[in-house]
Amino acid sequence: MQLESMYQEIILDHYRHPHHKGLREPFDAQVHHVNPTCGDEVTLRVTLKDGSEPVVADVSYDALGCSISQASVSVLTDLVIGRTVSEAMAVCDAFGELMRSRDAAEPDEDTLGDAVVFAGVAKYPARIKCALLGWMAWKDATAQAMAKESP
Amino acid sequence: MSAVPEARSTSIDVARVRKDFPILDRTVRAGRPLVYLDSANTSQKPRQVIDTISEFYERHNANIHRATHELSEEATEAYEGARIKVAGFIGAADETEVVFTKNVSEAINLVAYSIGNATAAGGPGRLALSPGDEIVITEMEHHSNIVPWQMLCQRTGARLRWFGVTPDGRLDLAAADQLITARTRLVALAHQSNVLGTINPVAEIAARAHAVSALVLVDAAQSAPHGLVDTRSLGADLVGFTGHKMCGPTGIGVLWGRRDLLDDMPPFLGGGEMIESVLMDRSTYAPPPHKFEAGTMPIAQAVGLGAAVDYLTEVGLDAVRAHEQALLRRALLALGEIDGLRILGPAEPADRGGAISFTIEGIHPHDVSQVLDDRGVAVRAGHHCAWPLHRALGVQSSTRASLYLYNTADEVDALAGGIRAAQKFFGTQ
Repeated sequence: MQLESMYQEIILDHYRHPHHKGLREPFDAQVHHVNPTCGDEVTLRVTLKDGSEPVVADVSYDALGCSISQASVSVLTDLVIGRTVSEAMAVCDAFGELMRSRDAAEPDEDTLGDAVVFAGVAKYPARIKCALLGWMAWKDATAQAMAKESP
Repeated sequence: MSAVPEARSTSIDVARVRKDFPILDRTVRAGRPLVYLDSANTSQKPRQVIDTISEFYERHNANIHRATHELSEEATEAYEGARIKVAGFIGAADETEVVFTKNVSEAINLVAYSIGNATAAGGPGRLALSPGDEIVITEMEHHSNIVPWQMLCQRTGARLRWFGVTPDGRLDLAAADQLITARTRLVALAHQSNVLGTINPVAEIAARAHAVSALVLVDAAQSAPHGLVDTRSLGADLVGFTGHKMCGPTGIGVLWGRRDLLDDMPPFLGGGEMIESVLMDRSTYAPPPHKFEAGTMPIAQAVGLGAAVDYLTEVGLDAVRAHEQALLRRALLALGEIDGLRILGPAEPADRGGAISFTIEGIHPHDVSQVLDDRGVAVRAGHHCAWPLHRALGVQSSTRASLYLYNTADEVDALAGGIRAAQKFFGTQ
């Protein structure tokens, strides 16, 4: 059975007990992203905090989808909340890189933390979009929130 | 004394049929035998079809209708021969009613754009639409029989109306009198649902549509592979289906239309081969079917589709359907016994084909199909290009297993076993 390489225990844990789930107020930007091949969807809100550098104060979401997409957005919230936007964007880019690597790259554990467990998903091209759904939504929402802050 | 023709056997020697499909020998996911239950998505191809396509390229390849050399004659004969085979397969009055397209989507778009072109030109009257005219489709349509009509309505001001679906996955015919009215110009519906397996009462709906002089288009993508399309009794004016779901190659589909209607329809794509004469200020067009076949067509693929028709006819379509019905009964029983499993669509085999979509409580269809894939069982997960239907049934997505002539009882059992394994893996049962 190769299933365990995709469904790592951490992924199943996040799926069964998602972190930071639910839509919260206030928020600076909200997006709705859909995976058109399977209909999975996520509504995601980003709240930024001003400072010398903008910080991701909160990410809240409501999502319908498979274990991979649900766990992925849950892990994302753990990794980006409290970070500066530029740090969080670096994590997001590293995650995108991992998904495109087809399991060839050695994941950067310092940057990715728990998200390294998604390396197994990268071997299944049909599931990469599931893993990326929440991250693409976060990137979009954050860009919108940033654009609002700096007119 | 001439013998009475021997009755064609109504049973399939499935072991022998499977030998015709080379891909069924391969293994997947580290050595698992392939259990292919995704034929409603695309069917596998028999050696006879693969060989015909190879032989065409190796021995007869040339462009058709436009050269005087021997190869072109052979290629033209093969291409037009395929058209004759397809015409026979669906009971067309003659082969000029058979238009080759890329797939069903193109067949339906051809009709939608032709109607749009007629509307822009102000005629012919039975095709041109006016604001207030209505096109009626159903909630169980594939996106390819929804989106072209939405686009046509946007272009013409016509209104799109929908047959609903009952909770058990049948068309809600109670609303037929309200839906099909003097304003109705076209009714477009699936012969067999790609999600529910439901076979719709096309003749009955067509009779109502014809009573108000509306045209009827049938999406036969899921029924043609099982030999269910007889244009003489179906009641439709236009029928679309595709080669790759019926043992043929990808890239070739069919639009069948009544000849008088095809004569009236303006062309869709303009280009080479579809013309009669081209002047600088206007062109006139070839008669059907060539009026609708602009540019170099998928020649080898059409020839391959002809071989697929030959293959299915040789196996015997009565036998194919009987085999699928036996597997369907087994599958409905086996799946019906699984706790937490909901079958979308009719739970009984009557008026139903071999596509079975289902949901499993607590497990997303993607995850169900991933566990099945790990065991070599190939199914489809998602909305199956039928998003409105899924919304109507109150589900986000589903897993679909679909049966064809090469499937076995053991494969149905492997499906049921795989579903139980998924429940165990995700701890829901």
